[in-house]
Amino acid sequence: MLPMDHVIALSAILFTIGVLGVATRRNLIVILMSIELMLNAVNLAFIGFNRIWSQVDGAAAIDGQIFVLMVIVVAASEVAVGLGILLAMFRNRDSVNVEEVNLLKW
Amino acid sequence: MTAETILFYLFGGLAVVSALGMVLNTRNTVASALSLVVTMISLGAIYLLLEAYLVAALQIMVYGGAIVVVFLFVVMLLNLSTDEFPPGRQRLIKSAFVIAGVAILVQILIALGRDPLLAAQPAAVPEGYGGYRQVGISLYTDYVLLVEMASLLLLAAIVGALILAKRKID
Repeated sequence: MLPMDHVIALSAILFTIGVLGVATRRNLIVILMSIELMLNAVNLAFIGFNRIWSQVDGAAAIDGQIFVLMVIVVAASEVAVGLGILLAMFRNRDSVNVEEVNLLKW
Repeated sequence: MTAETILFYLFGGLAVVSALGMVLNTRNTVASALSLVVTMISLGAIYLLLEAYLVAALQIMVYGGAIVVVFLFVVMLLNLSTDEFPPGRQRLIKSAFVIAGVAILVQILIALGRDPLLAAQPAAVPEGYGGYRQVGISLYTDYVLLVEMASLLLLAAIVGALILAKRKID
């Protein structure tokens, strides 16, 4: 039996690493990977909480796992579109540095 | 300490170390992507320990397989073996981000330690919990609309990725 508070703590740590990756890195590919890391941290929290409330009135409850499946779907489509944007940006700017993309910057 | 707990700490530590390796590696993008694979597979192992078997399999197949392969494919397509940008100008803002993030994390961890619900042992899982049968039945009965929406979302993502990545649209 796992220590549930440590599972949720691991999720919080991974999410923080992902946020700091998005905030501090300038390589767009690494930023997209950090977003994936944040989604994974949330998935871990969903699975952990689903394990705590694994049954309702004697019947198995797996709604948290359904949520995780949907997050995986969203992550897959986000990667496809995000990398498409990255390719278009590289074609126009010859770089994946987000600081060079400032056309919409105020 | 049971074997399960030891495995959890092992894979949890591996996930944190490889996630840090991904974010802190400023030299090689391919190595960052490979660190991400290690994180994903460690998380898959933790899902197994949490008895979410189908999600663990899908995690390793979709994240460890498909998504990271797409990342690697793009890194190699763009020929970004090195990732050396000149040092940034906003050092102060970035260190402020790091300090704020770590402070919030510490607060969350303290709050988690005080939660009586999380400290309690969860009950044993009912039979069939997290297997393909139960998740499949739930997906195609209670959540069938969600499956349809997921299919529409994936279709939109395919079309969007094609349009964005194409050179010229005729």
